[in-house]
Amino acid sequence: MSRTESVARTNGTKASKAAKPNKVGAAAEWADDRLGLATLAKKNLRKVFPDHWSFMLGEIALWSFIVLLLTGVFLTLWFRPSMVEVVYDGSYSQLRGIKMSEAYASSLHLSFDVRGGLLMRQMHHWAAMVFIAAMMVHLLRVFFTGAFRKPRELNWVIGSLLLLLGTLEGFTGYSLPDDLLSGTGIRAADGFMKSMPVVGTYMSFFLFGGEFPGDSIIPRLYTIHVLLIPGILLALIGAHMLLLVYHKHTQWPGPGRTEQNVVGYPMLPVYMAKAGGFFFVVFGVLGLMGALLTINPVWRFGPYNPAEVTAGSQPDWYMGWPDGALRIMPNWETHLWNNWTLSWNVFLPIIVLPGLMFTIVMMLPFLEQWITGDKREHHLLERPRNAPSRTGLMVALMTFYAILWMAGGNDILAIKLKLSINQITYFNRAAVFIGPVIAFFITRRWCISLQRADNDKLLHGLESGVIMRDAQGGYTEKHIPLPVDKAYTLTARARDEVYVPDSEADENGVNAPGARLNKLRSRFSRLWYGDNIQKPTKAELEEGHHHAELEEAHDAPLEGHAADGHQFDGRHDIEDEHLSRQHD
Amino acid sequence: MSIDKREVSAIEADPIADPGLPAHQPRPTDTDEYLEKRAERQVATLFGLSTLFVILFCVSYFVFKIGDDPTEILGFGASNVALGGCLGLALLCIGVGMIQWARKLMSDHEIVEFRHPGSSSDEDRTETVAILQTGLEESGIGRRPLIRNSLLGAMGALGIVAILPLRDLGPLPGDKLNHTVWKKGMRVVQDVGGNPIKPADMEIGQLVNGEPAVFFEEKDGEPIYDGVALQVQKAKAAVVIVKMQPDDITPWPGRENWGVDGILCYSKICTHVGCPISLWEQQTHHLLCPCHQSTFDLADNGKVIFGPAARHLPQLPLALDDEGYLIATSDFTEAVGPSFWERDTIKTGE
Repeated sequence: MSRTESVARTNGTKASKAAKPNKVGAAAEWADDRLGLATLAKKNLRKVFPDHWSFMLGEIALWSFIVLLLTGVFLTLWFRPSMVEVVYDGSYSQLRGIKMSEAYASSLHLSFDVRGGLLMRQMHHWAAMVFIAAMMVHLLRVFFTGAFRKPRELNWVIGSLLLLLGTLEGFTGYSLPDDLLSGTGIRAADGFMKSMPVVGTYMSFFLFGGEFPGDSIIPRLYTIHVLLIPGILLALIGAHMLLLVYHKHTQWPGPGRTEQNVVGYPMLPVYMAKAGGFFFVVFGVLGLMGALLTINPVWRFGPYNPAEVTAGSQPDWYMGWPDGALRIMPNWETHLWNNWTLSWNVFLPIIVLPGLMFTIVMMLPFLEQWITGDKREHHLLERPRNAPSRTGLMVALMTFYAILWMAGGNDILAIKLKLSINQITYFNRAAVFIGPVIAFFITRRWCISLQRADNDKLLHGLESGVIMRDAQGGYTEKHIPLPVDKAYTLTARARDEVYVPDSEADENGVNAPGARLNKLRSRFSRLWYGDNIQKPTKAELEEGHHHAELEEAHDAPLEGHAADGHQFDGRHDIEDEHLSRQHD
Repeated sequence: MSIDKREVSAIEADPIADPGLPAHQPRPTDTDEYLEKRAERQVATLFGLSTLFVILFCVSYFVFKIGDDPTEILGFGASNVALGGCLGLALLCIGVGMIQWARKLMSDHEIVEFRHPGSSSDEDRTETVAILQTGLEESGIGRRPLIRNSLLGAMGALGIVAILPLRDLGPLPGDKLNHTVWKKGMRVVQDVGGNPIKPADMEIGQLVNGEPAVFFEEKDGEPIYDGVALQVQKAKAAVVIVKMQPDDITPWPGRENWGVDGILCYSKICTHVGCPISLWEQQTHHLLCPCHQSTFDLADNGKVIFGPAARHLPQLPLALDDEGYLIATSDFTEAVGPSFWERDTIKTGE
């Protein structure tokens, strides 16, 4: 299938020879006799990966997960997930003699009495932040370029689950040291659980092994953090990768890059070196971050005490948005019969909202597919501008996220900007609804304008900046025709088809089944595609070229005249040409 | 399954035909032997540097002491900076070297692989369906509903085994959340040191963090509350004691004699999600929670005046004992801390 033979040559002039072919060959034969690896390897060793910087974002997530596994194992060798009270007598003098949980004491021990312990702690924490950030940016990349479309919808769902689990893994992880800050986080989590109707207090008592804080939560979170969630994460990452290999990577359209092929570099050796090298780069950068950027200095917070708190208490950044929702939520609660209390003020923003948001994100591919009715496979990526409504939808979701995230730091904003926290909160309450709508329409219009600009380029060429004055004294600007490679790349996209429902009623006036749904669908489809600018047709393109010829004819009499600079109008060979007079 | 669903979207020659893959352009390292050698030296140097950093890492491990001063050397800790710096650079050198190798020296011919549709072929599908049907028929699961249904029932019942043993994760809540250790006659003491408080000790506008005296008492030489038990009780019983101008206070009916000389006592645990509340605005009598900014007016019965908390701060009724120290006259009359479903169904206090 692949044309690998055309590249089976190296830069070397002599054929390379294995130093001891016999031993290596024998080992390979031994293994293949038992595992049959050659068949698998034959298919995959030269697997093609297309090149683009944005394909690297998911890789960052993958490699930081590996770093998390490595540094995490190191941490488990000293960390003790126990809430038994001990008196600290380690190296950190400011806390010596103070009662604390064994978890906190062992975190201090790791930081001050184990060489490299603080480094591993900081690398682990940074890697967690980079892991989640990279997953989110990767998710945005996949959405904006349409890489989630058939046949990759399930991989999108798996990816969304990875983000959800990664977030939970992060929360359980930073709760473990049992310092004042993380304890406050657990305290709030207890409040979240108690807000659940009917089962809230039971959930809390079961998780904490009794009343908050109890002595069970740290060991239980530890098991969840080092066994349960990482196990599921590993399995899902495996599935994510397998599907990636099975579907083959998407690619950007361009000359020779079609829906039926994938063009790029082979796994062995180029991608193995590049991706493998990139693992070391990510690992190395995280190492430098662990060395130079202090993160979560638990020794400064002191041991957890349910009667104390520090001002400016905030969770890790990825928990910021539900925390923001919690902050700007009006203080509603409902008292039902039998005096049961329904705490909307906690339940809605922290239990319902995140679940709802993740469900929406997971459903996005299916939603778009329903609106557009497009059931074809897609392997070529789309530029964000060529799917204005899709791009607008994600920017709207990003705006929603950003406003909530900002609300999660409303106290910091109030202090830094010297604003009233009340006014920031009222502003955010409105902005969280209005902002996404505005963002959607601005983004959509912006994309459509960019589509127009692309069409202008195709029809009229690039603006050269060369201004011609004709005999009548009129001015025109010369346009340089687009190189055919670029022009092809710009037009390598499908034409959008607005969904039109079949006639609503048959001849007897009976509504077709699902007519109402189809009507809704066509309305969405019009919003989705209706205003998009389609690429020029062949006729339009020829018309544009014809216009360019006219322009050339119009300027022909000027040919040979000493109009300096006109040689750069794109119709002349500019080898050895230069402006006769230098501008001062 | 219609053919249309299998279709791979294709871009036709519309309006421009695919000009095909551009010809391969050789890199400088492909044509210039000097540049090729130089790139080779660069890569080898990077790998060599990596080994050097590993050696430095080992040296740093033994040279730099760690201890209680994490701020030495630019505020980072010498051991941490040296170990992390060497590790990071050793890894980066390997990574950059490998990528440089791939970019400059390995073949940069792009190759083309053809895709296959994601779905199986129609023959495979038909065959699989037939196999499944054969299997189902041979098992007789359709013909023997008794077996099928009893098996489904047994599987469902087995689910109980997965859930029931989790029952002992914790005790049932009962009415534990509605009670604290406060009771009639218990002294309100300062949270640090456990000293009892006389009204005269406090100034107008002052806020003191308080705890029940029982946290500092001993029985047979052992503290009554210690370790986890102390944490559990503290999470409910922590209070703040404030002294305000008696004229500023507007108590609800029935609460007129809950204070002593303008001194009132409130739960310190936020009614939103349970953070201890600590930011006191003396002039306005407002108490602000640092977690989610719920604000309570302590002159007005702990009412919520801003933020996401839905419920006022529970107030602890105060009196003076024979020696003139502040005491509670009962437990809190309502549940403290975050709200919950059964909150108002059980009345607490006397």
